[in-house]
Amino acid sequence: MTGLDIWMRENPLTYVWLGSYVVALLIFAVEIVLVRHKRKLTLEQIRLLREAGEED
Amino acid sequence: MKPRQKRVMFILVGIAAVGLAVGLVLNALDKNVSLYFTPTQVFNDEAPHGRSFRIGGLVEEGSVQREADGLTVNFAITDTSKRIPVVYKGILPDLFKEGKGVVAQGTVGPDGIMHADEVLAKHDENYMPPEAKDALEKAAAANAAVESK
Amino acid sequence: MAINWFKYSAPSTFYALAGKLIPWFAVSAAMLFAVGLYIGFFVAPVDYQQGEFYRIIFIHVPASILSMFLYLVMAAYAALGLIFNTRLSAMMATAIAPTGALFAFISLWTGALWGKPMWGAWWVWDARLTSELILLFLYLGYMALHSSIDDPRRADRASALLAIVGSVNVPIIYFSVKWWNTLHQGSTIKFSGTSMHVAMQQAMFITLAACWLYAIAVVLARVRSIILEREHQTKWVAELSEVRT
Repeated sequence: MTGLDIWMRENPLTYVWLGSYVVALLIFAVEIVLVRHKRKLTLEQIRLLREAGEED
Repeated sequence: MKPRQKRVMFILVGIAAVGLAVGLVLNALDKNVSLYFTPTQVFNDEAPHGRSFRIGGLVEEGSVQREADGLTVNFAITDTSKRIPVVYKGILPDLFKEGKGVVAQGTVGPDGIMHADEVLAKHDENYMPPEAKDALEKAAAANAAVESK
Repeated sequence: MAINWFKYSAPSTFYALAGKLIPWFAVSAAMLFAVGLYIGFFVAPVDYQQGEFYRIIFIHVPASILSMFLYLVMAAYAALGLIFNTRLSAMMATAIAPTGALFAFISLWTGALWGKPMWGAWWVWDARLTSELILLFLYLGYMALHSSIDDPRRADRASALLAIVGSVNVPIIYFSVKWWNTLHQGSTIKFSGTSMHVAMQQAMFITLAACWLYAIAVVLARVRSIILEREHQTKWVAELSEVRT
């Protein structure tokens, strides 16, 4: 038995929280950040395009 | 047919064709898709010879014996009709218990004993607190007592 | 009075509607997550054979269900786009893929963490685990194919075919534990009911609802960006307050 095997049996709730829930919530957080970032980028891009269009 | 109906037909026929093809392939590969063989299949000579494979079933009640070295375990896997004895040296998963599901990987020697190098526990899909389990077992025992009278 | 549903399939109307709905979905998702996890960790009892480890189920099962359902929804939108040539359906399919892929990943990840202490292995190549891995690859393949074609209309059509063909995999995942010998146990949620204690079941259904609401919120947020990107030359986008400033 490795150290990890023993540790997870001694701390099952910590293992479940850190391993599954914290990872899942981090993934959700990263996804939210990426989606918001994408929106910011898209809006900036469209404004740039329109400004370039108006100058023509 | 209008182009739209044509596209609907195309998609439906496409899904049916792919589904059929996948179904046929999976059916042909049935033995390879399944993770393990049952003891009955091993007795019917359906399991591979000379190479490692998995046997799955229940750990037979009263069959678990630990050897003096504290690591080697003898037990039998049963599907309630046939049984295969297993020798395994290593750490067993927590859920390994008599009467519970198990999957062992190894080779079966000419003596009919599987020399396993991996033993995994298979648990069921029922989730309940220990008290509920005790109550269920008591009720089952009471039922059995009534029926045997 | 008949509601004109096609009105909502116009990107301009949908963009505004989605913008109004997102906060509601997001807030209720967060609240339900908190409630579900509270019940899951403080009300639900330990399991008779798995002890505390079974509590992974409150994220594992919702993530798995979502990864499969989202794939079917994505394939349905892709098919609608292919059949009716509606602009919005294809955009919705594209917006769903990353979220579906993430749920498939969470399902595999939490499954591995559950498998190690209970089965004794992080991973086995049984039919359930393998077909779920294929689902993740289908999502990734869909996204890769879509982004590899520059012309958005052609990208929509090519990736729609992949999405539709791949949907054959979803029933295989669901029924794999019935059709073949697997290490993975049978389904806890069946058409006939569940095999779970009440508080455990409540916690799981609440986190499932939370995952649904989260997925809707994040997909709507993503599709809004896609709509803007694809429609940037139109008049209604030019008139949006967020674009004009």
